[in-house]
Amino acid sequence: MNRLAMTLPGLELKNPIMPASGCFGFGKEYGNLYDLSQLGAIMIKATTEETRYGNPTPRVAETSSGMLNAIGLQNPGLQGVLNNELPWLEKFDVPIIANVAGSETADYVEVAKQISKAPNVQALELNISCPNVKCGGILFGTDPEIAKELTAAVKAVSAVPVYVKLSPNVTDVKAMALAVEAGGADGITMINTLVGMRLDEKTGKPVIANKTGGLSGPAIKPVAIRMVYEVSQVVTIPIIGMGGVTCVQDVVDFMSAGASAVAVGTANFVDPFVCPTIIEQLPARLDELGIDHISELVGRSHRV
Amino acid sequence: MIIQDLMTISSQKEIAQNIFEMKLNGKLVGEITSPGQFVHIRVSDSFEPLLRRPISIAEMNPEKNEMTIIYRAEGRGTSLLSEKREGDVVNVLGPLGNGFPVEETTAGQTAVLIGGGIGVPPLYELSKQLTAKGVNCIHILGFESDQVVFYEEEFAALGETHIATVDGSNGTQGFVTNVMSEIADDFETFYSCGPMPMLDAVQKAYVHKKGFLSFEQRMGCGIGACFACVCHTNENATDQTYVKVCSDGPVFPAGVVQI
Ligand SMILES: Cc1cc2nc3c(=O)[nH]c(=O)nc-3n(C[C@H](O)[C@H](O)[C@H](O)COP(=O)(O)OP(=O)(O)OC[C@H]3O[C@@H](n4cnc5c(N)ncnc54)[C@H](O)[C@@H]3O)c2cc1C
Ligand SMILES: Cc1cc2nc3c(=O)[nH]c(=O)nc-3n(C[C@H](O)[C@H](O)[C@H](O)COP(=O)(O)O)c2cc1C
Ligand code: FES
Repeated sequence: MNRLAMTLPGLELKNPIMPASGCFGFGKEYGNLYDLSQLGAIMIKATTEETRYGNPTPRVAETSSGMLNAIGLQNPGLQGVLNNELPWLEKFDVPIIANVAGSETADYVEVAKQISKAPNVQALELNISCPNVKCGGILFGTDPEIAKELTAAVKAVSAVPVYVKLSPNVTDVKAMALAVEAGGADGITMINTLVGMRLDEKTGKPVIANKTGGLSGPAIKPVAIRMVYEVSQVVTIPIIGMGGVTCVQDVVDFMSAGASAVAVGTANFVDPFVCPTIIEQLPARLDELGIDHISELVGRSHRV
Repeated sequence: MIIQDLMTISSQKEIAQNIFEMKLNGKLVGEITSPGQFVHIRVSDSFEPLLRRPISIAEMNPEKNEMTIIYRAEGRGTSLLSEKREGDVVNVLGPLGNGFPVEETTAGQTAVLIGGGIGVPPLYELSKQLTAKGVNCIHILGFESDQVVFYEEEFAALGETHIATVDGSNGTQGFVTNVMSEIADDFETFYSCGPMPMLDAVQKAYVHKKGFLSFEQRMGCGIGACFACVCHTNENATDQTYVKVCSDGPVFPAGVVQI
């Protein structure tokens, strides 16, 4: 028995650990460091229809136990990803979750239609929550009705299950979750980064050229845990949880809160081997907790 | 190959005001391929501060598995690094990036190496490798004041060395450009590392020469995955082509990167 295996819509995971979108590129850099087949899945960097060059630099700034980023969805565009990025990943035995972004519904639909047909793409992750792009992102991610319509439009063309990535930058995350579930989402991924700002100590001016950036890293874990806890009680579709995961215990926490799998983002920058390390350490942690299969962790926090 | 190595500090000393020289031992040294490559250092075992710090490799000794870094203790991360002691172990990722092309200058030719402040360290290993193969190196090193001048004698032992300080407390008063205008123009290549305005001035002064510049940019991953450290290139201003400082650089031929 594989104690770590999890089955989610479209995904047969050897283990529930995967790098989060934007923190792992299209895999090549990390693929030079270790065998990517060890991973449960890979969430690749956001893909838009056209090539995007992103925001001006500086694009990142450190904060207390976290960082801000305003990369601006830089990516080689749909054709570039289909031709030059995805085929390279085919040599690994690992499901790919393609992160889809756009400025309007038609962009999402076009990217989803084409990228969902790539042979190694097993699921889509709709990025309706990027705080760093001027058009699109924020409205799709904060208005339940618009989010529902977008989900339905993408579901209608996608060849694989569709996960929707929720933003924490809302008052009621449950309403957003219910809306995308009603729109036909097969799963939810959460959370994306929190909008934040850091000022330069000497000049008092924002450190990031974009002024605001998305906060990620250990600092946001309590927010993410609370949101996964809340959402998992109101939806029936599975959740892939993320936000500040750095170690085995963080994975246990997210699954206890209600996540069926867990993504690791910023921690890859701190330790590029963090994903395989967590995977290796999981069985011993299950032993310590007296648990046979990792699925027993899911939603522990809700049980009476 | 890039590896993550737990390197042991074999020496740590303050060599000028707030400027530290640290020697580190570990197998990572065997992977270094060119001067100007850098490492990404975890300064704390906790997540405070969170990100690694990029620091250039100033010198390497593959026989002893030892390398030297020189850094300015300034912000939180580098200050923590300066508190570490001989025998402590540091988590180092590297070697990263592409360094200075030593092969672009041949024996008997002259190379001018221009460094500013904390951009001086990678030029030391570069000069050692160039002089070892018979290149005549001229060093022009710029600092704020005499208090932060370092490795003057080490560079002088390798070749002609000029110091410029902003306040005139050592060498020529002013910037490296003040010295550049005084040296003969009959060299073959230039190599430079330092703040952007300096790289800009150097590139403009030597437009007709073959040169290589090392750039800095805020980094997330250090290996090319996060797109934090991009710079636009001059190739085609409307086409917005870009390079990543961490994995395509930090060293680029002069003229490539938009300054
Ligand atoms: C390729 C490369 C090589 C470098 N080589 C050296 C060297 O040999 N010696 C040396 O003293 N310094 C070097 N630097 C600069 C050095 O990385 C920064 O001074 C250092 O990261 C500042 O960290 P801190 O904790 O002191 O400052 P803080 O202000 O506390 O740092 C906060 C954040 O900003 C980042 N940051 C701050 N300044 C810079 C900078 N100039 N470049 C990139 N990121 C920065 C830090 O890495 C950190 O993430 C190099 C930078 C690069 C990109
Ligand atoms: C540098 C960087 C780039 C990111 N790019 C994307 C992206 O392209 N698409 C996306 O959906 N999320 C993106 N994210 C958000 C992460 O996938 C993740 O949701 C968030 O960082 C929280 O997890 P963490 O705290 O483990 O990093 C990015 C995050 C970072 C730090
Ligand atoms: S620092 Fe991540 S791409 Fe250069």
